[in-house]
Amino acid sequence: MSEAFGPQVLKLADPEASIEEIAAGMRREVRAFRRKGGVLGLSGGIDSSVVAALAARAFGPGNVLGVLMPEADSSPDTLMLSRLAAKSSGIETVLEEITPILEAVGCYRRRDEAFARVIPDYGPGWKAKIVLPSVVDSDAFRIFSVVAQAPDGKVVKERLPLEEYLQVVAATNFKQRTRKMLEYYHADRLNFAVLGTPNRLEYDQGFFVKNGDGAADIKPIAHLYKSQVYQLAEALGVPAEIRSRPPTTDTYSMPQSQEEFYFSLPYDEMDLCLYAVDHGIGADVVAGSLGLSSEQVERVFQDIAGKRRMSQYLHAAPRLVVGDEAGG
Amino acid sequence: MAADVATIDKDVRQFLADNFILDDGGAGLGADDSLTQAGVLDSMGVLELIMFIEQHFGVSIPDEDTLPENLDSVSRIVGYVSRRLG
Repeated sequence: MSEAFGPQVLKLADPEASIEEIAAGMRREVRAFRRKGGVLGLSGGIDSSVVAALAARAFGPGNVLGVLMPEADSSPDTLMLSRLAAKSSGIETVLEEITPILEAVGCYRRRDEAFARVIPDYGPGWKAKIVLPSVVDSDAFRIFSVVAQAPDGKVVKERLPLEEYLQVVAATNFKQRTRKMLEYYHADRLNFAVLGTPNRLEYDQGFFVKNGDGAADIKPIAHLYKSQVYQLAEALGVPAEIRSRPPTTDTYSMPQSQEEFYFSLPYDEMDLCLYAVDHGIGADVVAGSLGLSSEQVERVFQDIAGKRRMSQYLHAAPRLVVGDEAGG
Repeated sequence: MAADVATIDKDVRQFLADNFILDDGGAGLGADDSLTQAGVLDSMGVLELIMFIEQHFGVSIPDEDTLPENLDSVSRIVGYVSRRLG
């Protein structure tokens, strides 16, 4: 069993056939909505670049619009890579700077007020991110801390109490929800559908904002492990600069990896753990493949289960509480 | 606050029942049952629990103490708080 388990279990047998299957499914579902094409937000990351290329294949490049929505905390290369993805797919783009919208709703102010309650010196010129401890290194509960950098370069780290954590996340969620609002504006204007970009890891583990990047009319790659998204990216001709960019949240003013913010391990190892959980493969087998102990992998498995419980709310559609459709 | 184990136990159970909508008011929760595995505590719940302990018992919990062995069952919470108050 241990010989058979490894990255090869995630290898797509025929990437071109997968692309055709997804493109056909996109056409079928969008036609069912009586929409004529697709709109998506481009982040310069692998997922949105692959969905853009798939959409161009499904609908024709002229029926796809990429929306570029940088804001004050976006990485400097986000816009360049987003344009590169659009160019390689042959789709049109529109630029929507969302910083003024976020300022108007108080996104930055509300977030910074919470940071300043934890770090009294925090103020203009500071940068910050929130981080989680590693699941692999310790069995401690995963509790968020704020890491902040003063203008003079000094770095401070403090644990985030509940109220401040919730306020930071709530304020930051304005970013994803503002972007989705603009995607739907363009979709409605063009009679297009909104294309979601989560991969299987994100979709399964709830790595999205409800009614933010979690909202879409179709989710063309939500059945694919992130490793498989990379395989499609290569087959679709997504530029190497995008394929080699480390996954990032691109949400906070300090660079933040997805492992710091959400996942227990780098994406390729998370993929294998998720696959193992879904296929009943034991922690000892996975441990051998990843070079971790069985105890460490068990902790990752528990983290996966915990995130699945948490994500039930994120996935839930609004529920009726009275009538035939109400839950019993 | 006196380190009265029975009082700490009662207050912890009351907190869990009030904050995590336990079906039977927490009566069915065994003293040694894992709160995470029982689905009572998630990552947000842990923050709520820490805030409760710090505010209610006046005990400051350093990062290195945020471990399952201190917080993942009623008996462990009671033991931890008792030690810190003792």
